[in-house]
Amino acid sequence: MKAAVIVFPGANCDRDCKTAIERSTGARVDMVWHGETALPAGLDLIVLPGGFAYGDYLRCGAMASLSPVMTEVRAAADRGVAVAGICNGFQVLCEARMLPGALLRNAGLRYVCEPVDLEVVNGQTRFTAGYQGRREVRMTVGHGEGNFFADEATLERLEGEGQVVFRYRKNPNGSARDIAGIVNDRGNVIGLMPHPDRAFEPELGSADGAVFFQSVLASA
Amino acid sequence: MLDVQGKAVEAALHGLGWPGVSNVRIGRVIEFEVAGADAAAAEAEVKAMCDKLLANTVIESYRAEVG
Repeated sequence: MKAAVIVFPGANCDRDCKTAIERSTGARVDMVWHGETALPAGLDLIVLPGGFAYGDYLRCGAMASLSPVMTEVRAAADRGVAVAGICNGFQVLCEARMLPGALLRNAGLRYVCEPVDLEVVNGQTRFTAGYQGRREVRMTVGHGEGNFFADEATLERLEGEGQVVFRYRKNPNGSARDIAGIVNDRGNVIGLMPHPDRAFEPELGSADGAVFFQSVLASA
Repeated sequence: MLDVQGKAVEAALHGLGWPGVSNVRIGRVIEFEVAGADAAAAEAEVKAMCDKLLANTVIESYRAEVG
């Protein structure tokens, strides 16, 4: 099992992700600078971590989505490699159009930082199969722009195709249909605002995030 | 599309005594210079820049002016 975490300038959860994946799965995790034009061979998972890539300037995720390494991330996704964008990484995937929609400013205009209870809407994805039918998981969020937006037709398609993976029990940011995480139509690219990397041991308040990493690497 | 900044500013304007204000929307202006190009070429370049980076047409519309 082998994973890579992409390091954008301004990312701040890159090492959290590395630690979370290593401790949850024992996988080897390489850190890959955003300016790289090649990825390590044989990757099973690529993580775009949380943070404030490029200072969130222009729009969050906009400039990161055009980083040199993203050409390779897109190519790897096209080959079927699992890609997970967490928080800022979700914003990057939307800006890269690897996932539909966009993340807007939270409806309450406040940065939210709190534990959230999530419904596992689709437990059949390679990121959620490890929950083995559990419908309730807990992680934490920390974001100012997590208000998922997409047009009605896109939302209908996401719901209809099982691409809504996580939903907030209590919506912290105004996101459409309480959406916390979505997957692409092929099922190998996921974006979620909650942080599995901040919920991988009971000491952190929840170990449910560990299952996320275990699922995707077990499916590799 | 919900513009939460616009909503907040609209509420503030109402509170300051301008109840007739509605549909406040907040955008941005990006100004820059383009080297060497004539106006028509610059316009095409700027449109490409908007589509590639400057605007996200999922949530934003844009208008480009050269001159």
